[in-house]
Amino acid sequence: MEILVCVKRVPDTAENEIAVNRDGTDIERNDLVYSVNEWDNYAVEEAIQIRDRVGGTVTVISVGDEASEEVLRREMAMGADKGILLCDPVFEGSDGRGIAGILKAAVERGSYDLILTGAQADDGSGQIGGMLAAMLDWPYASLVNTIEILDGNRIKVGREIAGGNQEMNEIDLPCVLSIQTGINEPRYVGIRGIRKVASMEIPVQGSAELGIPPESVGAAGAKVKRLDYFVPEMGQGAEMLEGSIDEIIEKLTELLKSKGGLK
Amino acid sequence: MADTLFAYILHTDGKVDDTAFELISAAKKIVPGTLPTAVIFGSGGSLDTACNQLSSQYPQVWKIDHPALAYPNAEVIRGLLVRLLPENGLMLIPHEHFGMDLAPGLSIKSDAAYIPDVVHIQGLQDGILTVVREEFNGQISTHVACDISKGAVVTLRAGAFQPVEARSETGRILDKTDTAIQGDLPGGNRRFLELVEAPVGDVDITKSDILISVGRGIEEEENLEMVHALAKAMGGDVSCSRPIVDAKWLEKSRQVGTSGQTVKPKVYLALGISGSFQHMGGVKGAPFVVAVNKNPKAPIFQSADVGVVADILELIPKLTEKVQEVKG
Repeated sequence: MEILVCVKRVPDTAENEIAVNRDGTDIERNDLVYSVNEWDNYAVEEAIQIRDRVGGTVTVISVGDEASEEVLRREMAMGADKGILLCDPVFEGSDGRGIAGILKAAVERGSYDLILTGAQADDGSGQIGGMLAAMLDWPYASLVNTIEILDGNRIKVGREIAGGNQEMNEIDLPCVLSIQTGINEPRYVGIRGIRKVASMEIPVQGSAELGIPPESVGAAGAKVKRLDYFVPEMGQGAEMLEGSIDEIIEKLTELLKSKGGLK
Repeated sequence: MADTLFAYILHTDGKVDDTAFELISAAKKIVPGTLPTAVIFGSGGSLDTACNQLSSQYPQVWKIDHPALAYPNAEVIRGLLVRLLPENGLMLIPHEHFGMDLAPGLSIKSDAAYIPDVVHIQGLQDGILTVVREEFNGQISTHVACDISKGAVVTLRAGAFQPVEARSETGRILDKTDTAIQGDLPGGNRRFLELVEAPVGDVDITKSDILISVGRGIEEEENLEMVHALAKAMGGDVSCSRPIVDAKWLEKSRQVGTSGQTVKPKVYLALGISGSFQHMGGVKGAPFVVAVNKNPKAPIFQSADVGVVADILELIPKLTEKVQEVKG
């Protein structure tokens, strides 16, 4: 099975306090810790496990700047066979539709049976997989948390829906799936694994190679435009307990007791 | 805009989802005074029951009734919506698991703009809709603008908009089945098989008055022991956020959130939980929420009553000791 996994380099929200820059045009990007989007990492692990069961290759692909190469290399160290970086200054500022269009052009220059994306990324939209599938006229399923390969033409997928329930579907290949966290346990990548793939070439493709009209992507082609970044004002927020840890524990215990938190 | 504004209705077993009435207030923020048309897919008696419920709030309801629509399959419904909606239609959809399945592809197939997971609507001016979205797990918000004059698909976060009250007049229910189906059903390359119910766990956290809920901040599986010890001292149960279940450290039945359990305790102690909207979406009944997190910017502090900026690994053993002391 030829599997393509779309990955994205993002600031790690578990490791960073995200702040807005002075004029609100961007977040403060100095000193941010970047990593592969968590959902995408599960998607790559799933692709590797499917390949190991039924054969084939796993290609990881990213739309991003040169720095995204490190993310592709990390996923290759996990076990992906190939990487492709879609990089061009004209891609900058693309909206979801623009990104999906760039990926579509790359998909059409390859031959894939299955495309996986993460269920969502840092902006929480969860839109690329569904858009890409519709552009390709392939079927799509989102929030997938189990995959079973039935034969060369069909797979069975579970979707995570509300309340911990699961919706089972049969879906024809080729198709696009967005992968939910928890579908597997992504393997650890050590420094040695990264070294092993350090010399592998990652081809870079831009708008010319992909045959994409520059005006159709980037900020110029975007229908949806981000105007600014700001820190939300959400009323009072919590009453913050301050003081030494012992003082805090003292206050906290009193509060819990008075609110019925000790039985 | 009354004839171009539409709301996608979620329903189960004849009961309309709460989001149906939230979409109306979102629509009113886009075009003041304008009510959208409800679009509802389903089959038979449960569909009719849902339509009647809708007609108390919506002036117009479009129903599409077919046995194959008894369970909603986004691939099928997307194709039907493309046939039904006008070119410049504005489709409002709840942003949850079905909306995420349907909306991105719908925007492509109807050549409309897509604005996902909107939490606030600023307004519409000269064809440009301006909204607020959240990024970076709720740490940062953004204003987003989009020309919707050629149509748009907008998904709205559940709970972000106040549901509207019933109107005095009853709306009309129009059967649009023939317009939508036109002989065949689209989307045959994905077929719904069955629903698998969540396995029942050892503890039913939906019945707990006191929940000690733990998240990524616990760092290691073995550290869960101290959380169990605190729960025992307080007389509560241990619940958790998604990463703990993803790591297989606790059972899925202990996960609080929209994709897990909906809980309604009296006291909710959130330890090392950032507080994504998916997580807090599972905390109902206005409990007293205490949040402990080492990141002072964690979104959980916005929804908590009391907050402590601290390392939970340091705080938990001390709190356990104090609680035991107080209880004697």
